[in-house]
Amino acid sequence: PCNSDAHMELTTEKPSSSARKEPPASSGPRPAASFSPSPAAAAPKSMEQLEEEEEAKDSFDVDVSVTNPEKVGQYLPPAPSLCWSQHETSLPMFRNKTFSVRRRFSDFLGLYEKMSVKSSLHGCVIPPPPEKSVMGMTKVKVGKDDPSSAEFLERRRAALERYLQRVVCHPLLLQDPDVREFLEKEELPRAVNTQALSGAGFLKMINKASDAVNKMTIKMNESDTWFEDKLQEVESEEQQLRKLHAVVDSLVNHRKELCGNTAVFAKSMAMLGNSEDNTALSRALSQLAEVEDKMEQLHQEQAASDFFIFAELLADYIRLLGAVRGCFDQRMRAWQRWQEAQSTLQKKREAEAKLLWANKPDKLQQAKEEITEWEAKVTQYERDFDRIGVTVRKEVLRFEEEKAKDFKGQIVKYLESMLQSQQRLIKFWEAFLPEAKAIA
Amino acid sequence: MTSALDESDKEKTRSVSVDLNNDASLLIDIPDALCERDKVKFTVHTKTTLSAFQKPEFSVPRQHEDFIWLHDTLVETEDYAGLIIPPAPPKPDFESPREKMHKLGEGEATMTKEEYNKMKQELEAEYLAVFKKTVQVHEIFLQRLSSHAILSKDRNFQIFLEYDQDLSVRRKNAKEMFGGFFKNMVKTADEVIISGIKEVDDFFEQEKTFLLDYYSKIKDSTAKAEKMTRSHKNVADDYIHISATLNTLSADDSTALKKHLDKLSDLFEKLRKVEGRVASDQELKLTELLRYYMRDIQAAKDLLYRRARALADYEHSNKALDKARLKSKDVPQAEEHQQQCLQKFDKLSESGKRELTSFKGRRVVAFRKNLIEMAELEIKHAKNNVTLLQGCIDLLKSN
Repeated sequence: PCNSDAHMELTTEKPSSSARKEPPASSGPRPAASFSPSPAAAAPKSMEQLEEEEEAKDSFDVDVSVTNPEKVGQYLPPAPSLCWSQHETSLPMFRNKTFSVRRRFSDFLGLYEKMSVKSSLHGCVIPPPPEKSVMGMTKVKVGKDDPSSAEFLERRRAALERYLQRVVCHPLLLQDPDVREFLEKEELPRAVNTQALSGAGFLKMINKASDAVNKMTIKMNESDTWFEDKLQEVESEEQQLRKLHAVVDSLVNHRKELCGNTAVFAKSMAMLGNSEDNTALSRALSQLAEVEDKMEQLHQEQAASDFFIFAELLADYIRLLGAVRGCFDQRMRAWQRWQEAQSTLQKKREAEAKLLWANKPDKLQQAKEEITEWEAKVTQYERDFDRIGVTVRKEVLRFEEEKAKDFKGQIVKYLESMLQSQQRLIKFWEAFLPEAKAIA
Repeated sequence: MTSALDESDKEKTRSVSVDLNNDASLLIDIPDALCERDKVKFTVHTKTTLSAFQKPEFSVPRQHEDFIWLHDTLVETEDYAGLIIPPAPPKPDFESPREKMHKLGEGEATMTKEEYNKMKQELEAEYLAVFKKTVQVHEIFLQRLSSHAILSKDRNFQIFLEYDQDLSVRRKNAKEMFGGFFKNMVKTADEVIISGIKEVDDFFEQEKTFLLDYYSKIKDSTAKAEKMTRSHKNVADDYIHISATLNTLSADDSTALKKHLDKLSDLFEKLRKVEGRVASDQELKLTELLRYYMRDIQAAKDLLYRRARALADYEHSNKALDKARLKSKDVPQAEEHQQQCLQKFDKLSESGKRELTSFKGRRVVAFRKNLIEMAELEIKHAKNNVTLLQGCIDLLKSN
């Protein structure tokens, strides 16, 4: 959900036909096509399926959804397909109501690359794309790292979807021609220069840039402590989120262990039931085995919720906070540029003075021209710096609002899934109780 | 750590056995115990109207080894060969919580003070649970003896209850007397001995088949139940860490997010308590039930071993008698011996049949009681969770 003047609402509701929102556990995995490893250097490629969609909603929505992977040809690995649908809207910029396009994973990375270098978007919190590999963030066991597993595919699909949703939710980004091209254009030229992103990953890239900024020799004297304080808050929050993410990770693993142990216990109980010679007790033990089987299913679904709703939310925001830090760095760089221009202007002025003294009229003219040039630059850079400062402040506030809403929405979703799980649990045990009472 | 366990507490914890301590002529309980490092000192308290005892009410301190001594002497007593001897209580084992406490100490630096304290509390509760369980298991052992028509009259049992000096001296003497004969025999007896006997009695044939199979199954189930319960505990512990980290996040937050984090942190703290109860109730009603009857079935199997042995003795005595008759030498002794063996075997079979039948009934009743209680507790805890979750969802949505 986001606020924007154009009454755009991003819902996470997916159109019925093609998209699959639920984590694989409850909806059953799509047949995972075999994965042929791409050459090490290149970004992973994936082709996606085109689908027409119909929407019948009433509101002015921009619904972005990313649907399931499909294997195209025998050589290409499966990957999420993009299905994008849109409604009757006050936005004249889009040609159709609903449409979908095929995109590769590297296209998503490419989109980020394009946005991140635009001066018009300087200071904006640009949503980071998902990581290519899941390592480095989690220690979650098997399945997540296996590119052909249903879980991996679902994880990537969901992450790409959230990425796009955040992009279109940003008022400036939605206006951006590259974004529109991404959403609309049939064929996109192959994205280049995504090595940094796909290889090292987004956070590593941000941290590298941060280090460069920190190494700058000229330090800013802030008259307004807002920026310093806020950056401090952001860094500290990022640290805490990492800690929380690690614990939730642990929870996912323990829940999966519980799931496995419950399944094993259920089988053992079934054997015991078979062995029991008292008829009613034998029946009850078999029923108990069945209940435990159902419990296994519940634990499995709960683990999926733990991961796809809770853990991924945290992972997203760890990276988003990285993006916020990136904005602060950009402001610093803008300031640096302004300072350096001032310093250059000073040098030019000194050079002019020297020339006046030395009485070289032709060089003097050039010197004067350079001074004018640099005076303009200084003015420009100062304006840029002020502007980026304003943008960063606005963006941070907008981001914080979004974050609060996003967290609330996801937390409610997570708790509702837990609630449903508990309600089903009650039903299972209530069904078992008469069996236990029937033992004689 | 001492623990005075009141009656209601004990009622809750005494889960796996039934129909005990009902006869007012001999009432036994363990009202408190002292835990010093590894050693647990139980206070065994007896109230009796029987004249065999010197006083109507008395208490003695006993250690785990004393219980083992008592169990072993009963097993070694030939007169009791046809009875199911209640299994010896297992040794008090604080290894698991102790190890966890150690790990907690090592990880102290990585947690907030509050988090550490909560984890410590959880571990202390675990210690207490292990402690309570071991008291219960020792108590039930004695109560089964006092509830048994024959065993309750055993002289050594009376000594155990009454003798106000240190038993360890007597224990040493007893060992020398018996030399662990019967016990060793039982322990080395192969299942082949039982299986190999040509069984004429349908009842025992069925029992043998059933008990051998059931034992291996229930042993397996016990182990699997233990693992499952441990996983539950791990999940509950994770909730503690999640709650604590959310708390830290919330403390530093000044935006609208703060109140959401607060509510969630609070919820997880409550949820972890419920989850902890789910784990411990499952441990008590399910795992402990399986564990208890696994040991009981072993005791029943021991009875079958002894009967098989007696049958073997009888068959040998028959062969010896035939031999004697052939040689016309020592026939009366051989006849006498054969008669004795037959009598012993018959007595064992008769008593064994009674014991095994009542054991079956006991087992079914205990399973029924515990499965019902477990289901009811699962429902209760889940309903609690539903209330907590719904409450938090409503709070979040209303903001």
